[in-house]
Amino acid sequence: MSNAPVNKSRRRFLTAATSVVGGVGVVGAAVPFIASWNPSAKAKSAGAPVEVDISKLEPGQLIRVKWRGKPVWVISRTPKMLGVLDGLADQLRDPASEEPQQPAFAQNIHRSLKQEIFIAVGICTHLGCSPLFLPDTFAEQVEGIDSGFFCPCHGSTFDMSGRVFQGVPAPLNLEIPPYRFIDDTNILIGKLEGEA
Amino acid sequence: MKKLLIAILAFLPTFAMASSANAPAMEHANVDIRDKAAMQRGAQLYMNYCMGCHGLQYQRFERTFNDLGIPLDLGLQHLVPEGTKVGELMTSAMDTESGAKWFGAPPPDLSLITRLKGSGTKGQDWVFTYLKSFYADPTRPFGVNNEVFKDVGMPHALIELQGLPTQATEKQLVDGEMKDVYVGLKATGGSMSASEYDGAVRDLVTFLAYVAEPSRVDSEAIGKNVMIFLLVLLVLVFLLKKEFWRDIH
Amino acid sequence: MQNLINWIDARIPMTRVWNMHLAQYPAPKNFNFWYFFGFIATIVLVNQIVTGVWLTMSYNPSAEGAFASVEYIMRDVEYGYVLRYMHSTGASAFFFVVYMHMFRGMIYGSYQKPRELLWLFGMFIFLALMAEAFMGYLLPWGQMSYWGAQVIISLFGAIPVIGDDITLWIRGDYVISGATLNRFFALHVIALPLVLVILVFLHIVALHEVGSNNPDGIDTKKKKGTIAEDDKPKFKFHEYYTSKKDIVDSIPFFPYVVLKDLVAFTIFLLVFCYIMFFAPEMGGYFIEAPNFEPANPLKTPDHIAPVWYFTPFYAILRAVPHKLLGVIAMFAAIILLALLPWIDRGKVRSIRYRCEAHKWNIVMFAICFLALMKLGAGTADDLNKFLSRLFGFGYFAFFGFLWLYSGNEKTKPVPERIA
Repeated sequence: MSNAPVNKSRRRFLTAATSVVGGVGVVGAAVPFIASWNPSAKAKSAGAPVEVDISKLEPGQLIRVKWRGKPVWVISRTPKMLGVLDGLADQLRDPASEEPQQPAFAQNIHRSLKQEIFIAVGICTHLGCSPLFLPDTFAEQVEGIDSGFFCPCHGSTFDMSGRVFQGVPAPLNLEIPPYRFIDDTNILIGKLEGEA
Repeated sequence: MKKLLIAILAFLPTFAMASSANAPAMEHANVDIRDKAAMQRGAQLYMNYCMGCHGLQYQRFERTFNDLGIPLDLGLQHLVPEGTKVGELMTSAMDTESGAKWFGAPPPDLSLITRLKGSGTKGQDWVFTYLKSFYADPTRPFGVNNEVFKDVGMPHALIELQGLPTQATEKQLVDGEMKDVYVGLKATGGSMSASEYDGAVRDLVTFLAYVAEPSRVDSEAIGKNVMIFLLVLLVLVFLLKKEFWRDIH
Repeated sequence: MQNLINWIDARIPMTRVWNMHLAQYPAPKNFNFWYFFGFIATIVLVNQIVTGVWLTMSYNPSAEGAFASVEYIMRDVEYGYVLRYMHSTGASAFFFVVYMHMFRGMIYGSYQKPRELLWLFGMFIFLALMAEAFMGYLLPWGQMSYWGAQVIISLFGAIPVIGDDITLWIRGDYVISGATLNRFFALHVIALPLVLVILVFLHIVALHEVGSNNPDGIDTKKKKGTIAEDDKPKFKFHEYYTSKKDIVDSIPFFPYVVLKDLVAFTIFLLVFCYIMFFAPEMGGYFIEAPNFEPANPLKTPDHIAPVWYFTPFYAILRAVPHKLLGVIAMFAAIILLALLPWIDRGKVRSIRYRCEAHKWNIVMFAICFLALMKLGAGTADDLNKFLSRLFGFGYFAFFGFLWLYSGNEKTKPVPERIA
């Protein structure tokens, strides 16, 4: 055994350096394990944008399409439905859509690209039920308003722009998915204008 | 003891060779799976001549286009059947039932063909040689046979490129007599010359080699970095060990 | 920090276990190359478990979906190919490391008294590992998976009277089918890993009770009171060991042996990663080419060979021209290894101090094992059968010779202490 004194600082430096480099290695080795939880190419393909033909959509009618496994509503709003939207501000939680629940183009009263066509993810922002579309009987839920969305699970209510009313469990407005118009009667849900 | 060792050493090569003695000689495909241009040409050939019967059912168009450097919209326009979505699997249009009816057996999926036909580059060589080994044989249902796949159940799909090869013989002097000696396959009537056809088949094999293991290039790129990292780590761990072991010596 | 440690120590013996089994565990100071493989095997086991867990997340254990789900992992799952190659390369690495580890035990007599039980636990690990590998190999549901399993399961048909019923029972069907795949999957991912982990734990407990052997085969635990104070190592060892024996020529396992093992482990990783990233098929030895075609119960591949780590035993099986006797010979080849502590009647452990015959006997054994490995992968032609019989005979002869000469062996004098 040598009697040379132990070089403590060299020892400490080497321990630290090896630990750091070894730590980098562990983090690197963890990458495949973490990344493999991302949606696979198969899931992405199944979650690809969907095309909707709205040429047969009548005013006041709702059609549902599946996008990424979720129900997406496409509704043609009547002028009467649109007319109510303006005067509701004091009854809503987020009338100006300040929470990031929509693409930039939908941060307005009608929350859509074209005023009459309303597109939203039909999932309640409370606990994930799908609300009912009540085109004529919504007044039973909110006095004085004829149409809106009502979630049967916990009674949350939304106006015809998917904005949540005050005093219900749902905290946020309904989510508006990215979408764009391919032409007047075809919509691509899942992609914004100009996205590849 | 030493005699035994010598005996073993003498035997080992013999039986290593014995296992591959009667396999037909394979030409080397020499493909480069980093050659995107070759893979693009190969993909085009595959779509035109093979995809009708042989799917690539585990591989997706989108991944293929991205890896081969084909813009997605261009690929969708020119390389896939009408109405195909870019994220879909590259399945063949032919259903297995009619495939079985027409060819006796459904045409196999070719996603993994270059790995199935041999490890390393051997499978690529096999496919390369196979595609160059069709010849006219009127006794077969499709009028062709294959030198590396006897009584093959498929027609010569690339016949318009290569032409129809025949097993050529030449008169040669053997043991003092003139005999017909088999000298190989001679093709005539195709749109390509022999060397152009070789190139086309090589492109096709390059594409298939890529499809068989699309992660190969990525894997080696990551592998290089991992090796460098481990060498650095090795130096550090070694120095650390030496430092601590000064306590002992 | 110290408070937290005290808090934990009052509830679970963390510090005591750390000291007893790592920081103050005495390891002989002369460990060489052959002593790296136990440490590496442990880490490979962890690798197999972790990557295995991740693979099950995307794998589909059904006859219809298994093959496609492996290709799904290879292509559609992000870095899925890395996980899969880590697992497939790990399987071969495991056997390489375990074979080296076992050979170490043979050359340095690590199976001899008092380490018989330690060796037996090791042999049980080896058996469990073979079962684990065999069942795992069915899961990709390729042609080689299918027909390899077919051949091995058929071995049980050699058992007189009940053989056919047993094979039917193992398969759960008239051929290997989805039912077989499902039960193999369950055993491969849950049952056998649990067994392996428990056995490894017992293996280490047994090791730490008797202490590590070393390349000289010299005891480093001397009778209490026979060693002068200044002749003892300057390191502190746990009183569990020092209260019973006087420890000599030893160093603490942590940090010294661990650091040395880490150097070896990093070199091992270099080789491992090279294979994994650049040649995962390893020329068809780690992943066999016919396995790139989905299982087809109607068509056998031209040439069936097990993966390389099974081929020595497979060659012995094929060398015997009788079904039942072949199976018996194959299992005997493994059982004889397990019986080494009793076959070897010698008192000297290490090859360094044993008779000349022993050295040649071990060399012959190693040559026979490697030759059988090569032969088992080849086609069973006449030459192959002849050589398999020759080397198979050599394999068994090793044990016979060992028993004969070890009874009255002329050994070299064994030093009292490690130099």
